[in-house]
Amino acid sequence: MREIDVNEVTALVSRLFQEANFLLPADVIESLQAALAREESPLGRDVLEALLKNAGIAARERVPLCQDTGLAAVFAEVGQEVHFSGGSFVAAVDRGVAAAQAEGYLRASVVSGACFERANTGDNTPAVLHTELVAGDRVNITVLPKGGGSENMSRLAMLKPADGVEGIINFVLETVGLAGANPCPPIFLGVGIGGTMDRAALLSKQALLRPAGSPSADGRLAQLEADLLEKVNALGIGPGGFGGTVTCLGVAIEEYPCHIASLPVAVNIQCNSARRAAGSL
Amino acid sequence: MAEPVRLKPPLSEDDARSLEAGTRVLVSGTVFTARDAAHRRLIESIDRGEELPFDLEGQVIYYVGPTPASPGKPVGSAGPTTSSRVDRYTPQLLARGVRAVIGKGDRGPEVAAALKENGAVYLAAVGGAGALLAGRIASAEVIAWPELGTEAVYRFEVEDFPAIVVMDSRGGNLYESGRKLFRR
Repeated sequence: MREIDVNEVTALVSRLFQEANFLLPADVIESLQAALAREESPLGRDVLEALLKNAGIAARERVPLCQDTGLAAVFAEVGQEVHFSGGSFVAAVDRGVAAAQAEGYLRASVVSGACFERANTGDNTPAVLHTELVAGDRVNITVLPKGGGSENMSRLAMLKPADGVEGIINFVLETVGLAGANPCPPIFLGVGIGGTMDRAALLSKQALLRPAGSPSADGRLAQLEADLLEKVNALGIGPGGFGGTVTCLGVAIEEYPCHIASLPVAVNIQCNSARRAAGSL
Repeated sequence: MAEPVRLKPPLSEDDARSLEAGTRVLVSGTVFTARDAAHRRLIESIDRGEELPFDLEGQVIYYVGPTPASPGKPVGSAGPTTSSRVDRYTPQLLARGVRAVIGKGDRGPEVAAALKENGAVYLAAVGGAGALLAGRIASAEVIAWPELGTEAVYRFEVEDFPAIVVMDSRGGNLYESGRKLFRR
């Protein structure tokens, strides 16, 4: 048994959300640079140059990469030999989100009473927290500040098993086509296949945690990722949606077994400001 | 690429009608911010016949909800938000003289029609470049509805604020033409 004070959780979550909002991950910067080298549209290159400059300014001046500093998605892997002391783990995560918002001058972008009141909670809480029990005595936390523009363009379909791979491809292409310029391309795509309706959606978001350019460990899924990337880029939407050859910087697929009658597919679109940060306790 | 066209609000109908989809622009001077909530209030004020927080004639509205300014800065990160959420309000504002709106993402047919009818343009700024764009905003002041927080109406003084004409007053649409050009 290892004891961890929940205040350490709060401090880590706060640090990670600030880091994520000021520092675009190195793999994302590399994909933007690679895109700049191959984008054929002059306007598209303009957009990619602006995004790279933006990342530099954000890091140097501690100005958030994007004014939408996101809804706080938090993925926690908790070793089952850990015992938290000093209060609630869930509350500690939310305190970390609130601390990041205040200390980092991040935007409060969350409303409560989603259906009726829609009143801003004032501190960007609560987080959407996914906790998984794992072996060991460590706690790994990954944060994903998720912008509304790209999240709003994400979709889920309960396909028929007979729709097969072709059905999956068509659904992904349809989703990106409908999204157009809205999710701030060049985008990343997280695709969740299988499980239940909720599991497919979760898988699609977990897929966004994979570093850009790291294919699935499963060879056939890796091939499907590459095929989807090519087909999505053939849509011509381009950086900023102004037309171009780079619409998407990476496709990541996560899969899970599902019911014999089902083929759930979720597509989570991530904007060019593909922010994430991870740390351990 | 052609050099960007310089725009200094207030803009005339002729200024707006001379702009073509695909043209890069640099805006210098005053722009006013409004997101969903501020749009709703503007329209409610119009409906009640009340005075608006700013005269709409010739003005530029920027769809943005900035992050709070950190000490020593006029404004926080300030890139464009998705425009289509205010589509239902835009025609009324264009009919009252707004000549340009800045946002990102597709607009509905009612906006395309209102741009043509009134002589106005839809500009896009680069989504995801909020830190870069903030550097082109020299000052920011809340002029109405501070209780809306990030959704309040700000008056920004901007210098060489970069944007691109996406929809013009002749039916041109860069999102459509650009996509067609590069579709494989």
